Amino acid sequence: MGYPRQPSIFLSEEHDAFRTTVASFVQREIRPHADEWEAAGECSRELYRKAGAAGLLGLRYSEELGGSGLDFMATAVLAEELAKSDSIGTAVSLMAQSEFALAILADEASDEIKARWMAPAIAGELIGAIGVSEPGAGSDVAAITTRAVRDGGDYVISGQKTFISNGTRADFITLAVRTGEPGPKGISLVVFPTDTPGFEVGRRLDKLGARASDTGELYFDECRVPVANLVGEEGQGLRYILSHFGGERLVIASFAVGIMERLIELGLDYAAERQTFGSPILGFQTWRHRFAEMATSCEATRLLAYQAARLLSDRDPAGDLAVSMAKLRAAEAVQSVAAEVLQLHGGFGQMEESPIPRYYRDVAGFSIGAGTSEIMRELISRSLISTINTNPTNKETAR
Amino acid sequence: MKVVVCVKQIPDPADPGALDPETNTLKRDTKLILDESDSYGVEMALQLVDAAGDGEVHLVSMAANNEVGGLRTALAMGASSATIVSDDALGGSDALGTSKVLAAAIARQEPDLVLAGTESSDGYTGVVPEQVAELMGLPSVTFAKSISIEGGEAKIQRQTEAGYDDVECPLPVVVSVTAGVVEPRYPSFKGIMAAKSKPVDELDLDALGIDAAQVGWAGAGQEIVAVDEAPAREAGEVIEDDGDAHERIVAFLDDLKIL
Repeated sequence: MGYPRQPSIFLSEEHDAFRTTVASFVQREIRPHADEWEAAGECSRELYRKAGAAGLLGLRYSEELGGSGLDFMATAVLAEELAKSDSIGTAVSLMAQSEFALAILADEASDEIKARWMAPAIAGELIGAIGVSEPGAGSDVAAITTRAVRDGGDYVISGQKTFISNGTRADFITLAVRTGEPGPKGISLVVFPTDTPGFEVGRRLDKLGARASDTGELYFDECRVPVANLVGEEGQGLRYILSHFGGERLVIASFAVGIMERLIELGLDYAAERQTFGSPILGFQTWRHRFAEMATSCEATRLLAYQAARLLSDRDPAGDLAVSMAKLRAAEAVQSVAAEVLQLHGGFGQMEESPIPRYYRDVAGFSIGAGTSEIMRELISRSLISTINTNPTNKETAR
Repeated sequence: MKVVVCVKQIPDPADPGALDPETNTLKRDTKLILDESDSYGVEMALQLVDAAGDGEVHLVSMAANNEVGGLRTALAMGASSATIVSDDALGGSDALGTSKVLAAAIARQEPDLVLAGTESSDGYTGVVPEQVAELMGLPSVTFAKSISIEGGEAKIQRQTEAGYDDVECPLPVVVSVTAGVVEPRYPSFKGIMAAKSKPVDELDLDALGIDAAQVGWAGAGQEIVAVDEAPAREAGEVIEDDGDAHERIVAFLDDLKIL
């Protein structure tokens, strides 16, 4: 039984054809390896090359770099379908490359950086990561302390990063460093090649979910990187990071939509087959109505995500608010659907031989990564308050 | 080099629809997709043209109502153009009727090489490529696992039960390609966009100069007289291990002449 997806006014026939491409990629290249990669803590390097050859790693980037020159609607479809692979970790690995590590480079980096790092990453020849979080700085990006000190034609970088997706084996990292004063204005981004002397990968972190995504601690000890690797302008790093969170948040929201489709599909199959008290579970109104709730929740989230994708594609300032709402709603919706579908499966839903417990664990992080739900609420409320009133008293409330 | 690939568009095997009880044939009123077994021929053709350095891949298909859903997928993979043959008189065509149509449509392209799958995933007659070759007066090589073009000849590895035969054959030739011998590329978004503007020639029987009495129900030399449910799978034999299970399994396989 497939998920009864409605036609969407946001998508074209070409998006539907592309969805078929990604679905068959997932079916052929990811699902057969999902268990193996989840256990190994990483997907194969070969998968990046295959994804590159299928044009999945550079959807939004220019054709000169091997990309497809599309917009966030294509990203949303890609993320939805990758999320159905029964290995969110693998989906995270691919998107951490295509959307997180490369997005800022596409908009801000020099042509030399694009040719040297972006083009091979789009082809799947190199693996990229984005390195922002530190032990003392997660949501509070402005608090990072990893330092980059100018010395002749180089930056000398020392510090530590953590929770870095693709971190243990990335070939390069789009790295947030402090080049100036403490606070938001002293942050810059550099492209950091991981074969630089002084760089070390610490522990591979053992996570609750998304286990096929390798997540690492990274150490930098007086690593010398040419100043030419600076992305855009010095001191603008925080602005670049904040202005590109939209893509990451859209990816998480779209992952959630794809997972909800997959869980509802798995749930309907099980509910139609599983007999209790002489009737399939689907015969009980309590479950039929819960499916109705789940499907409605999935579709509402999808609409928020598509609306955000449209606005982000148009570089409409309203895109940030829309994507914050989409991500907040998506995390809560998918966590609720995962709990419901686990409940539906009863004892079987707790068995590792079914994909249900894996999804249940995977979605726990959706309210944390790429901006916590608390941060989303803060962003949404600030946006609301700033639009309804400019009265100084109310401004105070908004803090 | 011009390679023509025969492409069948079939109902999605994930949602195959139903048989028409009157004709015992598959209802084809749903959206059609590219038969996966033809994607190998398309991939092989694209690789041959790449290797040759120039040339093009042209697709030929027969389906009702100028349906191009499956052709667009093959065009998105990289084929240059396509011919779709549709005609109300083609309903009920058997394998030979289909072959007559395909042969006529292929001939118009004057190809150097014609590729086809060994059999379709919905009909499984497995004779169309050979009939097309006969009708066109071309040599036919079946079950190819690899093809290369050298010095104006096709060098083909043809799968056999024991291994493979090396076959050399002058061009043009009709070759059927075994499923699974190459890895069909995924149609990228760029390919999907490009496919929209690739030329698809829509032809009917008149355009091909085929007499309607020779094809469709009228010309069919075969009739499906009955369709039966596939027998339910029988319960297997369970061998409990009392220490000699391995011997009994060997004996069982030996009886089946598998060992």
